[in-house]
Amino acid sequence: MTGPPAFDPGRPWRLHPRVALREEPFGALAYHYDNRRLVFLKAPRLVELLRALERFETAGEAVAAVVDPGARSGYEQALSRLAAAQVIDVR
Amino acid sequence: MSADALGPAPLGPAAPVGPASTVGPGPSGESAGAGRGGALRDRLALGLQAPICLTWELTYACNLACVHCLSSSGRRDPGELSPAEARSVVDQLAAMQVFYVNVGGGEPMLRPDFFDLVDYAVGHGVGVKFSTNGTRLTGAAARRLAAMDYVDAQVSIDGATAATNDAVRGPGSWRAARRAMDLLAGSGFGTFKISVVVTRHNVAELDALAEMAGQYGAQLRVTRLRPSGRGADVWGDLHPTAEQQRIVYQWLRDHPEVLTGDSFFHLSALGEPLEGLNLCGAGRVVCLVDPVGDVYACPFVIDERFRAGNVRQPGGFRAVWLESERFAELRRPQSAGACASCGSYDACRGGCLAAKFFTGAPLDGPDPECVLGHGALGHGALPLPSGVGSAIGHSRVDRQGRRLPGPIPVRWREAAGS
Repeated sequence: MTGPPAFDPGRPWRLHPRVALREEPFGALAYHYDNRRLVFLKAPRLVELLRALERFETAGEAVAAVVDPGARSGYEQALSRLAAAQVIDVR
Repeated sequence: MSADALGPAPLGPAAPVGPASTVGPGPSGESAGAGRGGALRDRLALGLQAPICLTWELTYACNLACVHCLSSSGRRDPGELSPAEARSVVDQLAAMQVFYVNVGGGEPMLRPDFFDLVDYAVGHGVGVKFSTNGTRLTGAAARRLAAMDYVDAQVSIDGATAATNDAVRGPGSWRAARRAMDLLAGSGFGTFKISVVVTRHNVAELDALAEMAGQYGAQLRVTRLRPSGRGADVWGDLHPTAEQQRIVYQWLRDHPEVLTGDSFFHLSALGEPLEGLNLCGAGRVVCLVDPVGDVYACPFVIDERFRAGNVRQPGGFRAVWLESERFAELRRPQSAGACASCGSYDACRGGCLAAKFFTGAPLDGPDPECVLGHGALGHGALPLPSGVGSAIGHSRVDRQGRRLPGPIPVRWREAAGS
């Protein structure tokens, strides 16, 4: 069984089409209608980043546009975990 | 619910919200909710824009009369939401992005519009996880459910043997549940759940129940017996003993794949925390809508004192969730009360609101089944005091209006009908 593709910031990503986001004071809830997993997104900036992914050629560009330089590696790690959970996928 | 730290799949099994994880830009070792003192748990305790998980009892009508029924179901309430009103509730939930509802009753399949309503909910992005006693399931119904996009089913059974189960759920109910499981398994429905209320009499059957689930490719879900509804009448006889609680705790630790609805968090005081947020979600992340549209903070406390409003009011469910004083009260920081001096408070958070409420225990004190012996049971304060039970009930009655005792048998002609 192969898992979802590993996160590569050089590729184009998007919020998975079967994932719904519901904004909350701490960030958002992301719910995946296929695997029925719920993910607590614990930063409003991360939510902004997920919504921005589709507008950029690569995930790396989206991170650069949305996140301050000092914080980028943390956000890329978060995207990596979200890719593994299929909250985001390659478009 | 589970909110284990950060890991990608496989994340801890959980219900009522299902498997969950947390992701943030912070260090990946940060504990979010599972375990002790999670920052996310503290934030969830202050409430959300909408419930994560909403229990919707569709009808008080039931063709069984389980002795521990927490909603005291039996008779349909004449004020039950009409099909149009029920669809309007779905519209409201969809607008609030409630991702799914846990549908129960009563027996939800006894609602004439059951399938229409499930179709309507799924079509509006509100997933349905429903609980059934299985008696009304037919081959055609199972195939219809299997064809739906986002429906989960769980069949209730309270023992690995007919004898254990039927003493609680009624003669023939074990056979009916097994028949329903056979139909689901044979219909291509996929993974369904087998839902068990843990009692003194079935603790020893947990392994056999897990095996039953395995044979069907089903998921086992076990939940805590609560002294709610008719459960108050039998709680003294059916709740697990202190020794059994330790067995259940260890069994759950050994079987992290078993779903619990986060219902055993009072056991976390025994050691390492169980899967889940270990938080009472009443009014904060969960609530209940009953068949007549009343909204209660806790799925296990159908009582005037926890009623927050009604979906028929102006503003509907949203106004109740966001504006009710009852909910606001539950979302304010809670005092640990008599538990403050106990080193395990952070693990168990004082236990279950429903268990305390219906045993007459102070809500800011220990759970009656406190595993460290601080609760009412530890002081031998049973049987339950009279007068704490809910006045709201739909149990079957005789012509004199007296409640009929005991479970009732499955009427097979009815069960086999289409």
